[in-house]
Amino acid sequence: MANKKNFSDPLIIAGKKFKSRFLLGTGKFPSKEILKQSLKESQTEIVTVALRRIDIKRHEENILQYIPKHITLLVNTSGARNAKEAVRIAHLARESGYGNWIKIEVINDSKYLLPDNHETLKATEELAKNGFIILPYISPDLNIARELVKAGAATVMPLGSLIGSKQGLKTKELIKILIDEIDIPIIVDAGIGFPSQAAEAMEMGADAVLVNTAVATAKDVVKISKSFALATEAGRLAYLHANKEIKNIAQASSPLTGFLYDKK
Amino acid sequence: MITLNEIKKILNNNDPSFLEDLAQQAQMLTEQYFGRTITLYMPLYLSNYCSSHCTYCGFHSHHKIKRFKLTPDEIRREMACISDKGIENILLLTGESYQATPLSYLKEAVLIAKEFFPNIALEVHPMDENDYKSLILAGVDGITIYQETYNKKRYQKVHLSGKKKNYDYRRETPKRAAKAGIRSLSLGILLGLSDATKDLYELYKHLKEMEKNFPAVEYNLSFPRLRPIQGKDFAICDVDDKTFIKIICLTRILFPRVGINLSTRENARLRDNLLGLGITRMSAESSTFVGGYAQKSLKNDTPQFDIKDSRSVKEIIQLLKKRQFDPVLTDWRRIETF
Repeated sequence: MANKKNFSDPLIIAGKKFKSRFLLGTGKFPSKEILKQSLKESQTEIVTVALRRIDIKRHEENILQYIPKHITLLVNTSGARNAKEAVRIAHLARESGYGNWIKIEVINDSKYLLPDNHETLKATEELAKNGFIILPYISPDLNIARELVKAGAATVMPLGSLIGSKQGLKTKELIKILIDEIDIPIIVDAGIGFPSQAAEAMEMGADAVLVNTAVATAKDVVKISKSFALATEAGRLAYLHANKEIKNIAQASSPLTGFLYDKK
Repeated sequence: MITLNEIKKILNNNDPSFLEDLAQQAQMLTEQYFGRTITLYMPLYLSNYCSSHCTYCGFHSHHKIKRFKLTPDEIRREMACISDKGIENILLLTGESYQATPLSYLKEAVLIAKEFFPNIALEVHPMDENDYKSLILAGVDGITIYQETYNKKRYQKVHLSGKKKNYDYRRETPKRAAKAGIRSLSLGILLGLSDATKDLYELYKHLKEMEKNFPAVEYNLSFPRLRPIQGKDFAICDVDDKTFIKIICLTRILFPRVGINLSTRENARLRDNLLGLGITRMSAESSTFVGGYAQKSLKNDTPQFDIKDSRSVKEIIQLLKKRQFDPVLTDWRRIETF
């Protein structure tokens, strides 16, 4: 178990501290055994699991058997097409004993798999009132993010680019705005295809990243999971300690305002 | 949108390196969007009563075959047997008889299926929007409806009587099901029935049209090849293995997120080699007789078509695992929100 007391710079979500800022999705893995090894190697502390993929009938097929107990389970509402369905899935997950951490994922579009921000907000409003810890997945949009904060979301999870596309931070400028303006953690979710892109997101100030496809479909899944975790950490360190692009405030001359001091 | 000419060029290109390139691209996209996973499902034929006369089908109305329809008890026994194999996605099929298997019969079957399976799809006669609405309320998640061929002339030639004769009503079926709020739709063509190039082009057009108008629906495509029925061959345009693989790869490249089904009409060797090349869903251990799982005695009669891969669910799961694919048995959890 991660030592939660003696580490600096924790990621804090809903009051819970995490050492790792690398979240892993559990879909698309070639086998559950490989998933288990990836969790170990990446030392991730939060994983997403689709409720619909949890096989409750067969012990050996049940993905939860492969996720160590110290890892926080974030059940996602994959398959929900509207707020109502997302709410229902969240309740089913809690009733099934999978905890109350829910990643709201409302997708009404099977071609691009873009999240429906409006329905996501509705589901967040309802679930946050009922004691769920809500991590909503959205298309980056400041107004929606503000509404989500008001509704009681624990984080905001903007997409970097289309899910599974490995295109990286196509929405970079919009995510930057969220980082600047929103006070709850910003977790970049979807589209991160390479460790360098994870580092980029962290370096610009994202609080964490969530990766799935790029790990699960890699040639060497386990090694790549570690590589992503390291890149995430490297990006964070860079964000905290690298020289920021501070403009040289003390300019030698003042071509624009120098006239103020000219002796007449 | 790809043009008819481009499809023709691709299907006619017999350069092995071209086919290999196509396969490599398709494999990459399949892995990217679906990972190394294959969803397993099983079909259950509820009835072989049929009022349509489709010349190529083992169940058609003019065949003097024994007609059966499973009783609720038989349905339950068959489903228990399928469920025991670990399968959670079921496809319920009937011949196209509005009289023998009316809406009420189908609804009853769906209600029984709900006791065993989180995911229920139907492949039955086309219906009106309201009928779909009531089936969805009963628990249906998916509708499978193949146009068979988009060549209207050919369509009329092989569909001689019954409601299936109405080409336009059939083509509009996915739309009616989508309007009713269906979660997933499987479209397809019966390869061998007509010119594959034109059919493929029209199928892509149909899918594009559906995606645009009903973006929330999850789409799957199937490319069943006409199989002989008890030795009799009905195909007029033979689609060989190479062309078949090209069709699957091309479809994956054009529609990276669309599911592609593969049935046991294809032989084990081809099925094994198609893993990862675009296929996302496979049936296993299928019976194309009415019932045929728990009540083996019914097997003396006519199947809808002959099966080429008779391996058990267990064997298929083992094979998938050996080939580093995760067999997905559970892909849905029933959520009642109404």
